[in-house]
Amino acid sequence: MLSGLLPPELWRLIVIVLQILVIVVPLLVAVAYLTYAERKVIGAIQLRKGPNVVGPLGLLQPLADGAKLFLKETIFPSGSNKVVFVMAPMLTFTLALIAWAVIPFDEGWVLADINVGMLYLFAISSLGVYGIIMSGWASNSKYAFLGGLRSAAQMVSYEVSMGLVIISVLITTGSLNLSDIVMKQKETVWFVIPHLPMFVIFIVSILAETNRAPFDLAESESELVAGYNVEYSAMTFAMFFLGEYANMILMSGMAVVLFLGGWLPIVDMAPFNWIPGVIWFALKVCAVLFVFLWVRATFPRYRYDQLMRLGWKIFLPFSLIWVVLTSGVLVAFGWLPGQG
Amino acid sequence: MAFLDRTARAFLLTELVQGLALTFRYMFKPAVTTNYPYEKIPMSPRFRGEHALRRYPNGEERCISCKLCEAICPAQAITIEGEVREDGSRRARRYDIDMTKCIYCGFCQEACPVDAIVEGPNFEFATETRAELMYNKQKLLANGDRWEAELAMRIAADAPYR
Repeated sequence: MLSGLLPPELWRLIVIVLQILVIVVPLLVAVAYLTYAERKVIGAIQLRKGPNVVGPLGLLQPLADGAKLFLKETIFPSGSNKVVFVMAPMLTFTLALIAWAVIPFDEGWVLADINVGMLYLFAISSLGVYGIIMSGWASNSKYAFLGGLRSAAQMVSYEVSMGLVIISVLITTGSLNLSDIVMKQKETVWFVIPHLPMFVIFIVSILAETNRAPFDLAESESELVAGYNVEYSAMTFAMFFLGEYANMILMSGMAVVLFLGGWLPIVDMAPFNWIPGVIWFALKVCAVLFVFLWVRATFPRYRYDQLMRLGWKIFLPFSLIWVVLTSGVLVAFGWLPGQG
Repeated sequence: MAFLDRTARAFLLTELVQGLALTFRYMFKPAVTTNYPYEKIPMSPRFRGEHALRRYPNGEERCISCKLCEAICPAQAITIEGEVREDGSRRARRYDIDMTKCIYCGFCQEACPVDAIVEGPNFEFATETRAELMYNKQKLLANGDRWEAELAMRIAADAPYR
């Protein structure tokens, strides 16, 4: 009845916008509470309490932080390229959000069920480098520039091994569609079991990819002040921050889809499969995010040459060997998808 | 053999896992935080906080403007101008402390022959302007009146060790 009032194209548009909001709003809330969780978890590990004053248990702290960042003044450094300076955080933030279009939250719960989903995700996460290198360059500050350079080199290096890790999952599945990847895990077994070493490499690579500790060389406080975002304040800074955390959640979502069976329950049995898939997905993402925070509280920062050595001389050959091994096993046992 | 051992350890990430296990265990230990504005830790009677000028019980100010504190102050934060009153007693006309210079070493209270200048237990005297930290005699005497009970207690508690 209501759909008769509007032309069908417009109606479709409204539905898509609503779908986008249904994804983006909870995501932004998740980002806000991820910062809270980070401070609480690291606090607990360091025998501190973390935020506990604003609201019960400090639960309103993210809102207070958000309001603070929103109300402050955006400062443009003299000599900065203002257009690029403002564009960089927007780019980082947007890229972190649009990647969510292909992530399946449950069976059929996906905004764009495209057949090249994995490729799309990979393309989007590679573009993330641009936000950082643009901000580093536009700030006209040596710290920001060095941070931007480091970050770009780091992200490019780790994408290579990440790509190979993803390839070994893809040849096991025979599809780039993320829903198909999860369904294949339902038919067989979660890929974390056959591909355990790749799972470890993937987790380490996403730490490097999102510039998180112990690979946070891009913003290493002790040497580069804050890296590429030194000169940013207020909303522009907030967007970098949101982008970084949204990226963390995105990468965790990728890890869950690729290795931890997406929306599938732990075992397909009575008490577990009553819980809806989207809850399972959220729980698994939270578990991977906890690893992010846990690792940050545990390990000291890598040195730059160690980071590069790990990426190029260990992860790359190892994942390459694994790709060959996987294909060999699949062909030898006739498990290759589509080989029937 | 040592090579195999080392390689196995490196590839199985044993050391990383040990570290992670340690931090995971620590997560469940109770926090050692003192919930500061709501909880405070016990304080020594020798704690050197905000300055105060004390008075005798009859209300007369103790300071005799001997300027020993001004002389000993390593940060040169104290400025005193003395005068002789009509009854012949020496008193400070002006007694200023620049609290932004002060390093809270406590030499002024050690030097004082009449226990006039003391550093009290108060450390929560942050201000919104710098000018408010330029204490004058009036402010210091007001501090003395405010904290006198505690100041006397602290001096009494520390007396046996002097």
